[in-house]
Amino acid sequence: MAGVAGGGGGGGGNDFQWCFSQVKGAIDEDVAEADIISTVEFNYSGDLLATGDKGGRVVIFQREQENKSRPHSRGEYNVYSTFQSHEPEFDYLKSLEIEEKINKIRWLPQQNAAHFLLSTNDKTIKLWKISERDKRAEGYNLKDEDGRLRDPFRITSLRVPILKPMDLMVEASPRRIFANAHTYHINSISVNSDHETYLSADDLRINLWHLEITDRSFNIVDIKPANMEELTEVITAAEFHPHHCNVFVYSSSKGTIRLCDMRSSALCDRHSKFFEEPEDPSSRSFFSEIISSISDVKFSHSGRYMMTRDYLSVKVWDLNMENRPVETYQVHEYLRSKLCSLYENDCIFDKFECCWNGSDSAIMTGSYNNFFRMFDRNTRRDITLEASRESSKPRAILKPRKVCTGGKRKKDEISVDSLDFNKKILHTAWHPTENIIAVAATNNLYIFQDKIN
Amino acid sequence: MSEKLSADSRCEQTGDEKQDTQEKEAVVPERAEEAKLKAKYPNLGQKPGGSDFLMKRLQKGQKYFDSGDYNMAKAKMKNKQLPTTGPDNNLVTGDHIPTPQDLPPRKSSLVTSKLAGGKNSIPRKDRVLRAEEWTLGGLTLCLLVQ
Repeated sequence: MAGVAGGGGGGGGNDFQWCFSQVKGAIDEDVAEADIISTVEFNYSGDLLATGDKGGRVVIFQREQENKSRPHSRGEYNVYSTFQSHEPEFDYLKSLEIEEKINKIRWLPQQNAAHFLLSTNDKTIKLWKISERDKRAEGYNLKDEDGRLRDPFRITSLRVPILKPMDLMVEASPRRIFANAHTYHINSISVNSDHETYLSADDLRINLWHLEITDRSFNIVDIKPANMEELTEVITAAEFHPHHCNVFVYSSSKGTIRLCDMRSSALCDRHSKFFEEPEDPSSRSFFSEIISSISDVKFSHSGRYMMTRDYLSVKVWDLNMENRPVETYQVHEYLRSKLCSLYENDCIFDKFECCWNGSDSAIMTGSYNNFFRMFDRNTRRDITLEASRESSKPRAILKPRKVCTGGKRKKDEISVDSLDFNKKILHTAWHPTENIIAVAATNNLYIFQDKIN
Repeated sequence: MSEKLSADSRCEQTGDEKQDTQEKEAVVPERAEEAKLKAKYPNLGQKPGGSDFLMKRLQKGQKYFDSGDYNMAKAKMKNKQLPTTGPDNNLVTGDHIPTPQDLPPRKSSLVTSKLAGGKNSIPRKDRVLRAEEWTLGGLTLCLLVQ
């Protein structure tokens, strides 16, 4: 069965299939909380893939150069660097436990040999520099090769240290720590197209930072009401426009998106555009607001569209049209008749992310039972795939999955009641130019590629 | 604009149905679910969806401890048994005395992520370092820690 493509940088191929490429992580049944992956992000070239987990650790994978002697390995991702980004903290003043969980990682565009990324937990954003070192200096005057200090009286001559090649080392160092600017939990960070500033958003406020300045940030959105009893909505995600450095959007728990222009005023409490799909008042229920809460917002690479993910669907909006989305895709509509139990087990509050492919022709988002969904915007075809160890033979083609809602269940289908709601795919990422996707299934990272080649 | 459902989702409603019938049928399960929920929790939803739920969300992770309350409770309890904790032990202060069982387990020592180890992931580089920097009186020192 033909799958859903993106067509990398060129035209969309629509007759290819997704294949298993790699899986990272332990196979244990007992998953340690710290190992749960909380964010996945490709860098701008797609050569690096970063993951963050609940234990505050970042692991970066690098794509191997294509090897003529092993043509089938076709650019596998292997560990490049790993480091502890955030550690658990306790705020004694407010009696708050600060989790070390990495909420988001965002790469900076590469400007020199080193790589930079921003990683954030609930309270603190850090800028990390990842650099390679393949030379060391030998022949110091004041110390021996093993580092011990030489007795200065024994030094009789001076020599110039020389650089010698050494085994490649990858170092990660925190270059900036942006702290103490958020009272509430940070849910988003977004690097601006000016490559100098970035925004960080928590439940009620959005701050603008300069990458070089850590002791100050500028508050650009503040929706905290004077009386907290009047609180009706919170900020759920925010992102800068990919080309216009003055434009950003933020989504809310009420299913609305506001686009703000920093040129119009310093404090962007008043939006420039307000995106909301009108609701049929007769269809309103207790769950309406909860399932309309937007968990992720992403601009298309073109900058013309944006995509939002709410509990049951993904919507594509044209920035020029505020009154309704231009496309709506149902992710798992069969869950609508399970909302009561999903509310009781808190699954209704799960925050799924979504992503575009490089050419904006396809979108992807996760679901339960380790299923993830892809939608081709041109052909309107969609597909459900599963990230599982069973289909993890090298280059094995992924079989489309189907959920049966009622009536006769066909052979390969799975019924809604058999879905495992503990196996959630919240985080997925699509390579910026090729058909390679990274899917985080709890503590495992799956990488899938297209079959062409 | 009507939603176009794909041919792949044969088990779900097809795009052949008219939009409002589709919406009605979509709403009925949601209303049925709402009725189920209200039957289980009659006090739910007195306030519109918002405030309580949002406040709970904003206060996630907050733990309160008041040493004055703690000592008062201990004094009160001098002759009686220490009260056991209820399910809301994080929200109430003073009425109960935290016991070692209440305390969250100490987080285990930080180890390398399993994504970076094990036979499924081949470390590409030989060694991974973490460089730490301190600024000491204007002088920046860099220590390579393995």
